[in-house]
Amino acid sequence: MAMGMANNLRFVSRLKALRCFEPLTILKRNAGTQTTNPEITHFGFKNVTVKEKPKKVNEVFDRVAGNYDLMNDVMSAGIHRLWKDRLITVLNPCDKTKLLDCAGGTGDISFRFIKRVKLQHDCPEPNVTVCDINPNMLEVGRRRAETQNLHLKWVCCSADDLCFPDASFNAYTIAFGIRNCTHIDKVLKEAHRVLEPGGRFLCLEFSEVENPYLRNLYNTYSFQVIPVMGEVISGDWKSYQYLAESIRKFPSRSQFSQMMRDAGFQSVSCESLLFGVCSIHSGFKL
Amino acid sequence: MAALYPNHIPITKLSRILLAGSSAVAALRNPYRDDMVAVCSETTACNALEHMRGRMLDDETGRRILNEQPRVNSSTVDLKLLRALPESTLGRQYVNMLNKYNITPDSRRDVKFVDDPELAFVLQRYRETHDFNHLLLGQRTNLRGEVAVKWFEAIQTFLPMCWMAAVGGTTRLSRKRRLRLLQQDLPWIIPTAKSCQFFMNIYFEERLDQDIDDLRDEMKIYLPHS
Repeated sequence: MAMGMANNLRFVSRLKALRCFEPLTILKRNAGTQTTNPEITHFGFKNVTVKEKPKKVNEVFDRVAGNYDLMNDVMSAGIHRLWKDRLITVLNPCDKTKLLDCAGGTGDISFRFIKRVKLQHDCPEPNVTVCDINPNMLEVGRRRAETQNLHLKWVCCSADDLCFPDASFNAYTIAFGIRNCTHIDKVLKEAHRVLEPGGRFLCLEFSEVENPYLRNLYNTYSFQVIPVMGEVISGDWKSYQYLAESIRKFPSRSQFSQMMRDAGFQSVSCESLLFGVCSIHSGFKL
Repeated sequence: MAALYPNHIPITKLSRILLAGSSAVAALRNPYRDDMVAVCSETTACNALEHMRGRMLDDETGRRILNEQPRVNSSTVDLKLLRALPESTLGRQYVNMLNKYNITPDSRRDVKFVDDPELAFVLQRYRETHDFNHLLLGQRTNLRGEVAVKWFEAIQTFLPMCWMAAVGGTTRLSRKRRLRLLQQDLPWIIPTAKSCQFFMNIYFEERLDQDIDDLRDEMKIYLPHS
């Protein structure tokens, strides 16, 4: 065992000597400064004002909307589809489910929901509303829905200030969207507000990889390979650099679970996917 | 490394290798992806930019260009003034070309992936003076003309992307155009590139009112008799 560890350490130090395996250096150098100023928040590794962040995030999604689905497939080698399938399996919807898919932009979660409910419950018109703050992402989703002849409601509004009455849904999903929100606590409170008692909150989000060797590999891939894909496919390095940075700034699994409890959710749990690359957070409004 | 100039994106060696390879493939598959041609030139430049800077430092005008770092764009080049120049001048020929092919002086992308600000300027300057090379060599902006200019620039600059574009572009031409390039264009372009003045040492902004044939004589560029 000791020999195996020693060999592993020699392997890692040889990789570092190649000076192309710099994920930790990048993280330490660029992790941004921590601040307690309530007017300042993070945009990836940069510090920005809370007023600026929504505009900057909107600009990122304006740029990526056109190639969003293609880039997801390329970056994750199609694995994001399995994660989203798993989210719907965990949700286990029926014909009485009224779903709000928040930051649902291009429709991946809502389309899966509709197909699952139609198939398993023979329900002709599953009840789903997609909301997103970015109109370009919604437009991509609308066009996709038209080509698949799916009928759902599309609403443009912010996750931290939803335009729906209290207790109007019994299921709420947010997939790979909450880390882009300026006030995660407000998003959670709004989610709690619009859910009926007994309603379920599900969040699929990137997370932290526990194993240190896999974490280094994942960091290398995030910071040094994904932006290359962004540049070649979409001509946009910076948006995909922001993607990698924003994942690192998101609260840990335990911190986010506590934030969910603080917002009023109970029976909070967390399922780790692909060694921690992403997690499904679940909570109920009781 | 922090950003050293506006638009600078510092990248690691691994990213540079991946970007060089993938942008080269993307550019070869679709030469109209000018963003990939630009990225490929930046990530494969290697020592060519230092060679170009060296040739500029050896020349008085080259040193002045490096010092003043002039840019060719719509805010530095007055197109109205150029339109008023005589037909045979470099400036008038330039604005005629812009109108004919519906391009602007702002068409060139900013350099992002070169980690030295002065070398980034050298590459930017090369990009922004490429159109003048078309005029000096009397080459159109169709594929055959672009390939001919790339052969000229490859020999003068040593830039790997120019060599890739010259060789790759030659293979993409139709048989008839390839034969014309090999039999009519390259026999004079290659010796001209080896013997004429280094184009990066011409302060084009100061020559816009000069007769283009005079400038060619000065640079020792002799067009073949048509």
